[in-house]
Amino acid sequence: MDSVETPNRAESRAVSAVSVEGLVKTYPPVRARRGTPAAPAVRASDRIGLDVRQGEIFGLLGPNGAGKSTLVRQLTGLLRPDEGSVQVLGHDLVRHPERASRLLAYLGQESSALDELTVGLAAETTARLRGLETAAARAARDEVLAELGLEPLAGRPLKKLSGGQRRLACVASALVGERPLLVLDEPTTGMDPHARRAVWAAIDRRRAEQGATVLLVTHNVIEAETVLDRVAVLDRGRVIACGTPGGLKAKVGDEVRLELVWRERAPVEIPEVAALGVTARASGRRWTLRLSPQEAREAVALVTGGPAFAALDDFRLATPSLEDVYVALGGRPEGTNGEPGEHGEPGGDGVEGLVKA
Amino acid sequence: MVVDAPPGAGAVTVERAAPAGARGAGAGVNGPAVLAPRARLWPALGAVYRAQLSRARVARIPLLFVATFQSLGIMILMRGVVDGGAEARAVVAGSSVLVVAFVALNLLAQYFGQLRASGGLDHYATLPVPAASVVLGAAAAYASFTVPGVLVTAVAGSVLFQLPLGGLWVLVAVIPLAGAALAGLGAALGLLAPRPELATLCGQLGMSAALLLGVLPAGGMPLVVQWVRDLLPSTYGVEAFARTFEARPDWGAVLLDLGVCAAVGVLSLALATRAYRWAATR
Repeated sequence: MDSVETPNRAESRAVSAVSVEGLVKTYPPVRARRGTPAAPAVRASDRIGLDVRQGEIFGLLGPNGAGKSTLVRQLTGLLRPDEGSVQVLGHDLVRHPERASRLLAYLGQESSALDELTVGLAAETTARLRGLETAAARAARDEVLAELGLEPLAGRPLKKLSGGQRRLACVASALVGERPLLVLDEPTTGMDPHARRAVWAAIDRRRAEQGATVLLVTHNVIEAETVLDRVAVLDRGRVIACGTPGGLKAKVGDEVRLELVWRERAPVEIPEVAALGVTARASGRRWTLRLSPQEAREAVALVTGGPAFAALDDFRLATPSLEDVYVALGGRPEGTNGEPGEHGEPGGDGVEGLVKA
Repeated sequence: MVVDAPPGAGAVTVERAAPAGARGAGAGVNGPAVLAPRARLWPALGAVYRAQLSRARVARIPLLFVATFQSLGIMILMRGVVDGGAEARAVVAGSSVLVVAFVALNLLAQYFGQLRASGGLDHYATLPVPAASVVLGAAAAYASFTVPGVLVTAVAGSVLFQLPLGGLWVLVAVIPLAGAALAGLGAALGLLAPRPELATLCGQLGMSAALLLGVLPAGGMPLVVQWVRDLLPSTYGVEAFARTFEARPDWGAVLLDLGVCAAVGVLSLALATRAYRWAATR
């Protein structure tokens, strides 16, 4: 054992679970080769500062390529930052990246290390490699499989499972064996609502019973709003906002969002609809409008009565979401890179429109 | 309750006493969080070995058949060329060790190459497991996969070329030692190759070298090729095994050959462990 394990005075004053200051990571430019075009240097972390408190569920939100995973890899000791400091539970992870594995559990986006194992063996082996003795590892495995409802799948190899089930099995491996910090990179990708609920319940239990801190990467805005205590919004390697979901939403004022989905096309021959269209962000049959509550009421009255109603397929009125914050702060909106947006899922605070037959 | 003491982890030493009142959750006002214990070398090695061996049921059995049939085919082919004596002994020994080269060198290089490329190493890198446990556990499992194939090849070859079966017990030493040397090499290739295709290519080339230089009798080869043959760790496994077919084996030479295998095994596994550390914390 090396001597550096002894805490030093400066470290011991830390009160936050994760403290990041001035973090910079630049990926070097890639020279063009046959088949691969040249790529300029990318600053994936651009002077990032963050402070995650103990016992908090803290989210990192942003589109693909915003630098979320790069940041998380630096927080887990997998990637060395060019500049800046990373303190996790009072330990300097830039100087001692090897300590990360003894402080935190990490769920990456890849499952290739576990793919050919059965669900039960994946959890058990991970528990063993987290330092548990055989009996304790088996008990921890049984506990986490029961907790996540994975018992019926315990004997099946991960490779043979559906995407959501495989992800759930990876979550089981990440949660097995106690750790004070959980770093989860998009843990619920591809899961059905039932599995999602099981994951959030399991995470919440670790927070309540063990005081665990959770750092969560997501680009699912709906999920972020419902489960996170605080959130940092990342864009192009920078933190463009940080606060509670409610606090961030307050930043965009009292504007509400009205979404209209037309059956075939917008009935712009109706002058009032044409007027609405001037301020709308149109995407195919879908219009998104940001309006004051009064304007929104008038707009809803307009489209749900009279000739415009015949052309309307669906509408939704929602108070500002994190996505609105995101757009208002200058980030690229979700869904602009061809991703499905977050509209398909029922939101927490939206007023659903009547889906007409 | 502190993080250090998961239930049942009594044997694990707590490296630093928990500050009074510090919860598992970490730093608090009392200083840095207590680090959870590391996984110890041998239990972790056992866990990796067991997990890797279980993969055999899913993924490796078809490839093991390929490895064995390849060696059987080569022996049948050589039956028409070789009459007996030293050449026959070299063919049977070379074909048997070729199974080890196929699985331990070629397949392990592919496995680690793909694991590294797909980001799967992150899983191990964020667990407090010694690098040697991961590399040795995987290498030992791949060497174990080869056992049935080597046995089938050795017995079939001995029957085919009318060689005595009495010396086959030496495989107990040849398989693990040649397995260690080749698996270490395979793991290092897979972990160091910048792209998984290159890892696959290197593994294939290594296996081809083991095939050509191990199975073909050494006598007629040009000097340069003989040097290459001397550099290949599988050669010593082949020679040790081939000697035991003789009527009165030179056990000193057998031991020397196995000693070279063991030394190369230690070196290549050490190299693979370093390669793993490098690849995991790029």
